[in-house]
Amino acid sequence: MSVIAAYRPGTSALHRMPAGPKLLGMFVLLLGVAFLSRPWQLGMLAILVGLGFLVARIPAGPLWAQVRPLRFMLVVIAVAQWLLAGWQTALLVCGGLLVALCISALFTLTTRVTALLDVCQRGLQPLRRVGLDPDRVGLLLSMTIRCVPLLESIVGEVLDARKARGLGFSAIALAVPVVVRALRAADAMGEALIARGFDE
Amino acid sequence: MTEIVFSGVHHRYGQRSVLAGIDLRLTERRVGIVGANGSGKSTLARMINGLISPTEGTVTVDGLDVARNGREVRRRVGFLFTDPDSQIVMPTVAEDVAFSLRKSGLAQSEIDTRVAEALQRFDLRDHADHPTHLLSGGQKQLLALAAVLIRRPAILVADEPTTLLDLRNARMVADLLNGLEEQVILVTHHLELLEKFDRVLVLDQGQVVADGSPARAAAGYRALLG
Repeated sequence: MSVIAAYRPGTSALHRMPAGPKLLGMFVLLLGVAFLSRPWQLGMLAILVGLGFLVARIPAGPLWAQVRPLRFMLVVIAVAQWLLAGWQTALLVCGGLLVALCISALFTLTTRVTALLDVCQRGLQPLRRVGLDPDRVGLLLSMTIRCVPLLESIVGEVLDARKARGLGFSAIALAVPVVVRALRAADAMGEALIARGFDE
Repeated sequence: MTEIVFSGVHHRYGQRSVLAGIDLRLTERRVGIVGANGSGKSTLARMINGLISPTEGTVTVDGLDVARNGREVRRRVGFLFTDPDSQIVMPTVAEDVAFSLRKSGLAQSEIDTRVAEALQRFDLRDHADHPTHLLSGGQKQLLALAAVLIRRPAILVADEPTTLLDLRNARMVADLLNGLEEQVILVTHHLELLEKFDRVLVLDQGQVVADGSPARAAAGYRALLG
């Protein structure tokens, strides 16, 4: 599953909570992570986040899908910190990163993308005065999110085509067809957006 | 019934002529367009939605010139593309259908009701919260169709919507298109999808070379292909 399209439907208090306050809460907790100085503080925060997952009834699988891409980086940082600054620092740095990742995952897993975009668009309204169109920014964000799996599939197909032809790896031979197909996809999406009435 | 009129339409991409002297009046409920690759049928279809303006001549939908009234025309004319991936914008199914009504000015409760109805109609209710990129090809095309029809257009233009689908999904999408109340303009290579249509046009090198019943058009198309 793509990390971005990770929303897990549910009816828990966290799912029902408006995206604005939830986003604010996430930022406060992430700020808290930055100021951790004792292992017991990290433990308390981890318990709090764990309770959040219990309340939202999110099983381990979707959480692991969010954490997995960074697992090797966490291990490398942990080992480096342990060797350079001791186990307590390693625990605080890596534990903090892991807890921050879980906080972000909890937000992503319980919040629809549209709800988040609505918050962004509302938050950007004051910038209309300086010529920024919040609707366009919202559309840009949703298109960006949508394009991640689309690009993943384009890259996958190009790599498969190379394998099928028995060719070895070449950065140029990968980049050229990916860029060409991505540009074609962008053209087609632009045309489809106009057809769906988003030239207004 | 809506009226689509092509008057002296020519279109060129650079030096290449794609449509050459098209004069048509389409009022039938079901109109099919067939032709070989490069015959100009997709360009013709895009003109009905105002996605492409003719280099010469005019195209009108209910009297509205598509080149001048593109936005108004697009409210009346929905467009279904060959590749649904290019049409899907949002990460989940329900969000993508709702996206079509984002600028409609409707109350959120009305949008929610319409989305629920659309998902039910196209058998996507159980997939409402699924990531769009994980749907099958047929489901993606159904989602694209739901996202177009939720805007309640009077006309649906579908440009080879079954080309990327397997036989079962192609048949399912074709049956759905046949059952729609809207006027349907269907561009396709599959003559069997047009058997019950009111009128079928055959295009070749930018010109209408046959125009009539599905049987007559099929004979003309087969003769053309040799």
